[in-house]
Amino acid sequence: MMKIAFPIMGTSYIAFQKIMEKLGHEAIVPPKPSKRTLSLGVTYSPEFACLPFKILLGSYLEAIERGADTIVSYGGVGPCRAGYYGVMHEKIIRDLGYDVKFIIFEPPHREFKKCMAAGKELVNAKENSWGKIFEALTTGWVHLRALDEIERLSHEIRPYEINKGDTTKAFKQCLELMKQADTKKQIAEAKRESVKILKNVEVDPTRNPLKIGLIGEIYVVIEPFANFDIQVTLGEMGVLTRRNIYITDWTKDNTFFKGEEHIKRAARPYLNQMIGGHGIISVGQTVLYAKEGYDGVVQLAPFSCIPEIVAKGILPKVSKDLDIPVMTVFLDEQTGKAGLQTRLEAFIDLLKAKRDSLREETA
Amino acid sequence: MKGFLGIDVGSVSTNLVVIDEQEEVIASLYLQTAGQPIKVIQEGMRTLAKTLPERMEIAGVGTTGSGRQLAGVLVGADIIKNEITAHAVATSHMVPGVQTILEIGGQDSKIILLRNGIVTDFAMNTVCAAGTGSFLDHQAVRLQIPIQEFGKLALKSTNPVRIAGRCSVFAESDMIHKQQLGHALEDIIAGLCEALVRNYLNNVGKGKEILPPIAFQGGVAANLGMKAAFEKALGMEVIVPPHFEVMGAVGAALIAKKEVAKVGKTNFKGFNISDAHYQAKSFECGGCPNLCEVVQIFEDDKVIARWGGRCGKWENVAV
Repeated sequence: MMKIAFPIMGTSYIAFQKIMEKLGHEAIVPPKPSKRTLSLGVTYSPEFACLPFKILLGSYLEAIERGADTIVSYGGVGPCRAGYYGVMHEKIIRDLGYDVKFIIFEPPHREFKKCMAAGKELVNAKENSWGKIFEALTTGWVHLRALDEIERLSHEIRPYEINKGDTTKAFKQCLELMKQADTKKQIAEAKRESVKILKNVEVDPTRNPLKIGLIGEIYVVIEPFANFDIQVTLGEMGVLTRRNIYITDWTKDNTFFKGEEHIKRAARPYLNQMIGGHGIISVGQTVLYAKEGYDGVVQLAPFSCIPEIVAKGILPKVSKDLDIPVMTVFLDEQTGKAGLQTRLEAFIDLLKAKRDSLREETA
Repeated sequence: MKGFLGIDVGSVSTNLVVIDEQEEVIASLYLQTAGQPIKVIQEGMRTLAKTLPERMEIAGVGTTGSGRQLAGVLVGADIIKNEITAHAVATSHMVPGVQTILEIGGQDSKIILLRNGIVTDFAMNTVCAAGTGSFLDHQAVRLQIPIQEFGKLALKSTNPVRIAGRCSVFAESDMIHKQQLGHALEDIIAGLCEALVRNYLNNVGKGKEILPPIAFQGGVAANLGMKAAFEKALGMEVIVPPHFEVMGAVGAALIAKKEVAKVGKTNFKGFNISDAHYQAKSFECGGCPNLCEVVQIFEDDKVIARWGGRCGKWENVAV
């Protein structure tokens, strides 16, 4: 039995914990990333590494403190430093004197053999029947899907809430329910109950909130600690947000299915090749947001992230052609939120003024 | 006679402006924040109360700048507005038809683009303070030139030296090196202005379409060398509007006037807040792993505001 830890990314830890336990491991859930996680990560990371690298390293170290002996991580797609991060984390942690095993998943359509080898190790094929493994993995998948769906719904409801904070409170209740669910049937029930809880939040359906689409690097888009909880912040400022990256979507699109093709196609007039990370997706998704009538786009980028920097260089053209304002937020070690708050407020003012002037023109 | 008060609490300066009903500036104060925003706001209020015409009644107040929340609670603001919007509003008022605003303050620099009177794009420096007022201040002190003379000296230069502008650390060591080689002071200062402008245009100004009329404001706009360097780099005239150093406060006052016209009354607490005893204290909330740094503002012994928490539980002052 291994004591397994895994990266914390949004709410996915709830499902990963169950998967590990069903495979007969002890799951060590790292604490939610905090200032301490960040400080640990920054202390032992190369100075020039990006924020996700530092948070993850801090997170692994905190998991080791809690007794983890194995860390499951993922490799990356394309020319982005994140592809080396698993290996780098392993080296740093070894150098610190911890004898911890790393199981690194490479994207299966690139590194099928490596991915399968990692999988074999994880599922403990000697002791578990294939039926049991299949059940654990498919249930985990269903769990992840449900978590993503509930989160998506919370972001859709929040800008309409009458009492600020109600949706977030309701969402917390939903997560507690989801934590209790083990079987597919229980997950379905917990999900149904969660949807009910969220739909019970008192709302004002007559509002016509501004719509902002989020783009950027996957970790900082998904993990609220890395992005100052931007979706909740904007939601409570009365803005409807959508992000194109959820763990289940990304996994689906980057394993055997090619679900991101339409986004890449949308990017083509501006960028016709992979530039690593989520660069091309950021460009393509901005085009799609513009076409879907979004008021604006916020790009979330770890400071020094090359794919997002390249995308940032292309976005002014997209913004001008399709008349959609784009604001880039670089995220690093800062934990003071004031700077972001100012920019978001100003961006919202800008979008409101734009909407009002369009209305006047048509009137 | 009605007046509208605007307060801009920035990292380096705190500015107070009163406009009248015709939207003319009738009083303005530029004070050093010196890391003590509460004290300086109270001081400013005391000074203003003395300088304003006796019949003047404050009918609305707006706050802006990085200390806008704090200032808002202290004075009873009718509206608390971010400094980007405040600057845009003020400049549209002062420079009709303005399409580009270059603003360099103490710790931040921003660019705001307007088209047909509407803000269409903006950017603020994110991770680098090279080229902001604090750095110029620091260099002036190091060279023992009063900051007021800094810009004038730059204009005397006939042969600006090239200084690295990307990072203030690089810039300073480059400057020292050129000084030791024996370059004239005015050439070094002019070179520094050009380097800072280059950095600004390449950093916050990157990818932005800079069209005239161009306004240059914020404390650094007092520096004639910077204005000249902008004009040289852009090949266009750059306007430094009146009250350029307190534009944020002017904007806050204008926005407050509009807000009060809509709401019909003001929350202004009066000038006597300068006599009350205010104190800010912070603590780390241990309620969850976020470990938020919560700030509490006390008026005498009473908590009048709290912020800094992520979950919102501390925002309820009654807790």
